[in-house]
Amino acid sequence: MRRLLVVAAVVFAGGCMEVEQASSPAKQAGQTVKRDANPWSNEPLAMGPKWNKGDRTSWEEQIKKRQLEQHEHQRIYQ
Amino acid sequence: MARMKFLCDAERCIECNGCVTACKNENEVPWGVNRRRVVTINDGVIGAEKSISVACMHCSDAPCMAVCPVDCFYKTADGVVLHDKDLCIGCGYCFYACPFGAPQFPQAGAFGLRGKMDKCTFCAGGPEVDKSEAEFKKYGRNRLAEGKLPACAEMCSTKALLGGDGDVIADIYRERVARRGSKGAEAWGWGSAYGQPPKGAQGAAPAGGKS
Repeated sequence: MRRLLVVAAVVFAGGCMEVEQASSPAKQAGQTVKRDANPWSNEPLAMGPKWNKGDRTSWEEQIKKRQLEQHEHQRIYQ
Repeated sequence: MARMKFLCDAERCIECNGCVTACKNENEVPWGVNRRRVVTINDGVIGAEKSISVACMHCSDAPCMAVCPVDCFYKTADGVVLHDKDLCIGCGYCFYACPFGAPQFPQAGAFGLRGKMDKCTFCAGGPEVDKSEAEFKKYGRNRLAEGKLPACAEMCSTKALLGGDGDVIADIYRERVARRGSKGAEAWGWGSAYGQPPKGAQGAAPAGGKS
């Protein structure tokens, strides 16, 4: 009987030693990877398109101008 | 705020493969990897056969980002979907998730061993230092950092492939459709890629630089 109690005590104590396993927070896509610099934070090339370094608006303006060169109805026919 | 997108006008594409060649040359893409390719739709159907240029469309709600087990994808502040090759394990989940078959896997050894995923970067490089040698080797040229648009779109002779801010290229396409009197259904893949608005605020950039 005493042996049975010892075995039962060991089994129950084993349960107490179980490490708690908390679930990790759900993955949020696009949040793990390191970021790189924004394109407008670069120095413009000497012979390339111009914008003010670090100024997003001026970079977007010049890239918009460049995009409109794809618009042949404006570029050629007018 | 610019949200970079591609638009391929199936009515104009003449299957010249100029975009494919421009991409290969500009980014020195290795043999066996095709970041951009021209495919034929309705092949053999008389009067309905069209060609389109396909690459990563940099989707608003990119499925590759959602399925990546190591979360190696990120979206820049101008809406370009990029990935970190240092994190990529080449599992191929993104390939199965992508509706455009954009992710490419170079052969990295014998017995079909896959390398790290490679895809169109919208000529925006990757998470290495801009315009560095490491960036060029891993991801190709960073034309956006030079104030330029993707080489494929700029090289397209018929301007079937438009690249740039979604609002601007949509305006170009709208005017084009109005002039030729078509229904505007030739912008292949546009609905699949940008049909759903991005989660959260539209085009909002989370803190910490590029979103």
